[in-house]
Amino acid sequence: MTAPASTTTIDASAQLSASLVARFPDSVTADARPGFSGFIVKKENLVEVATALRDEFSFDLLSTVTGVDYIAENKMEVVYHAHRTTGGPGIVFKTQVDRVDPIEVPSLINVWAGADFQEREAWDLMGIKFTGHPDLRRILMWEGFEGHPLRKDYKEAFYEEDVKPYKSRWPEGNHTYAEFKNPYRDNVKLPEGFSLDNYQPQTEDQLYFSLERSSTKNDAGHEKEMGDHMVVNMGPHHPSTHGVLRVAVELNGETITSLKPVMGYLHRNHDKIGERNTYLQIMPYTDRLDYFNSMANNFGYAVTVEKLMKIPVAERAEYIRVIMAELSRVQNHLIFIGMLINDLGSMYTPSLYAFEERELILDIFEAVSGARMMCNYFRFGGVVRDIPDDAMQKIKDLVFDRLQAKTDEMERFLNENEVLVARLKDVHVLNAEEAIRHSVTGPCLRAAGVPYDLRRADPYSVYDRFDFDVAVRYNGDMYDNYLIRFDEIRQSLRILEQALKQIPGGPINSQKPQYQVRVPAGEAYGRVESPKGELAYYVVSNGKPNPYRYHVRAPSFVNLTAVETMCKGVKIADFVALLAMLDIVMGEVDR
Amino acid sequence: MYGKGILKGLGVTLNRFMETYLDDISWWVRGKKRYNSPEGIAHRQSKNTRGIFTVQYPEEQLLQPEEFRFVPFLVHDGDDKKDIRCTSCGICAKVCPPQCIWIVRTNDPQTGKPVPQPAEFYIDMDICMNCGFCAEYCPFDAIKMDHDFAIASYERNVYNLEKLLKPASYYAEIRPLNYTKEEEARKAKEAAKAAKAEAAAAAPAA
Repeated sequence: MTAPASTTTIDASAQLSASLVARFPDSVTADARPGFSGFIVKKENLVEVATALRDEFSFDLLSTVTGVDYIAENKMEVVYHAHRTTGGPGIVFKTQVDRVDPIEVPSLINVWAGADFQEREAWDLMGIKFTGHPDLRRILMWEGFEGHPLRKDYKEAFYEEDVKPYKSRWPEGNHTYAEFKNPYRDNVKLPEGFSLDNYQPQTEDQLYFSLERSSTKNDAGHEKEMGDHMVVNMGPHHPSTHGVLRVAVELNGETITSLKPVMGYLHRNHDKIGERNTYLQIMPYTDRLDYFNSMANNFGYAVTVEKLMKIPVAERAEYIRVIMAELSRVQNHLIFIGMLINDLGSMYTPSLYAFEERELILDIFEAVSGARMMCNYFRFGGVVRDIPDDAMQKIKDLVFDRLQAKTDEMERFLNENEVLVARLKDVHVLNAEEAIRHSVTGPCLRAAGVPYDLRRADPYSVYDRFDFDVAVRYNGDMYDNYLIRFDEIRQSLRILEQALKQIPGGPINSQKPQYQVRVPAGEAYGRVESPKGELAYYVVSNGKPNPYRYHVRAPSFVNLTAVETMCKGVKIADFVALLAMLDIVMGEVDR
Repeated sequence: MYGKGILKGLGVTLNRFMETYLDDISWWVRGKKRYNSPEGIAHRQSKNTRGIFTVQYPEEQLLQPEEFRFVPFLVHDGDDKKDIRCTSCGICAKVCPPQCIWIVRTNDPQTGKPVPQPAEFYIDMDICMNCGFCAEYCPFDAIKMDHDFAIASYERNVYNLEKLLKPASYYAEIRPLNYTKEEEARKAKEAAKAAKAEAAAAAPAA
């Protein structure tokens, strides 16, 4: 069944390639570098080509925007990945500009609104100016930060060497502590001639200006609106923001007229850390992205690098991966439900009920991988170790005997609760069109009526062997967003039951254990359906032991793009619940 | 009827409340300890647990599975800390993602050639992220992940060779299955080596 499917894919992509080049003979060329795929689009025609891709070729969902700094060729490349919400493989297109400041590329925000935050991130970290972007501010780095840290010539304050392993550790062993290298004993690098006395941060003014500009009070038909508008800063230490997210909100009475999230408080430049690491060393760092679902993060990274290495995955390991990913989804959605109720003001009881089941699932992760949250369980070609017998028994016990009943109990506990229903029902989150335009993926997109689930839309691993339904609901209100998590738990349990029955014996890794993997030059884009949405990794290899470019498309981060659209016109009290609906994790947003 | 959903939900909470005490009573009737006994804790970690299953840390502690990992230690055979398994090959230092291991090699004082034994071995436990790569990729089974997680202190936790070394018997105690597997593999390897040497010795005689 796999073989014919793949030939049709190749046919389809060849057809697409031919028709795209025929449509734009002057501005689109196929990317001919070995190991690379997709198209190179001339910068001047980028918006035109992107509009055509969206409207004529139906690539309606923009997945990733990111940059790659090819310093040796003196080129800066912007890479776009777009997909169809009807499923199937995506399209990659790139545009290359000379690496001379100012590096300017037209913004695609008017084609796909989902480009907003990702373009800001590329500006912040790579220094690519997106002309036409209305709000091109730094997004992750702090105010007053100088430079663009993902450029290849940027060196951080604790810079030691370009890539690990560092020579100082072995064999002479003349190690020094990182903090002694910097006069401030802190991970801060200040520009030449910096003085705090003359320093005037611009960021806050820019934020409030941007807030003011996007306010609905400026819209036509609102001129006569009376009353003072008040700006409220929620966070970064607000309990309902799930971590350190700050949100600047402009209010008319209690109604939100404008809203801007401010993030980066947990930023550690995961991409740069990844580029310093070897391929294997990145694996435990991916655990720390979405720390509720380290198994899903591992999964995405392993899938990507395996694509690049062109290696198969051991059959048994595929099933183990699916089992772990689905268990992870079950506990994530239970926690989502518990925390949502917490945010709505019913403190602790439902969330602790959810934590009970999560505890049992984490016990399994601990027995299997050695850690409850930072699992670091996947390796290229398989997994670290087989599931121990007692853990296997416990997985079966939970899946066949307990989780179903506990999900029922949770539904009985909450679904009909009048207070909950009154809070959630008919509060609009997103409709399908808005969700797709803002690149929202995951349960939020499916609750808006778009049955887009990567496990079906572009199956990876062995998901094509299981019989399950894509959970989808059609109202797009908060209550649907809430109920869809239960649907997804049930579907996950269905997959788990099948996987546990079908799991074959055999080795758990197709490769010999090796700490230095050989990765041929090229690029790969791997994506998995993480519980929060589409989690994707973009890795460029130049054949060396460390990735040349490593980028994470974090679902929480991209989903946040839609938060302003979601919240405009609703009451401030609902904002907290709406934010909870996106199910963000700051470890992943800030990376 | 308005309020029916709330009552239904309250029924679930009431049920939980009852189950907690019913479970306690049923353990008491059977003359077993639900609290402060390994059996009781294992029950609270199983699928059959009902009601509240809080574990009263630190009086009670969760049962650690064999694969539980927290900060590495070095294994030495025998009782004194002389017979170190580590050969200072440096794979652990290379594979370590936060680069928290650094090794100083020994040189023979007479010849100046390197000796397969580390002179110094440091692990910065404050940086260690407990990923377990060092133990996973060590070809000599010399570095293993520990079960002891209570290492908080007022100083920086940079462990030297003295502090890192733990006997093989301790390793066998915390990871019995892995230990047996590795010992078997090692014995098989030695037997194969001996057989090969025997064959080599026999060959010229014939």
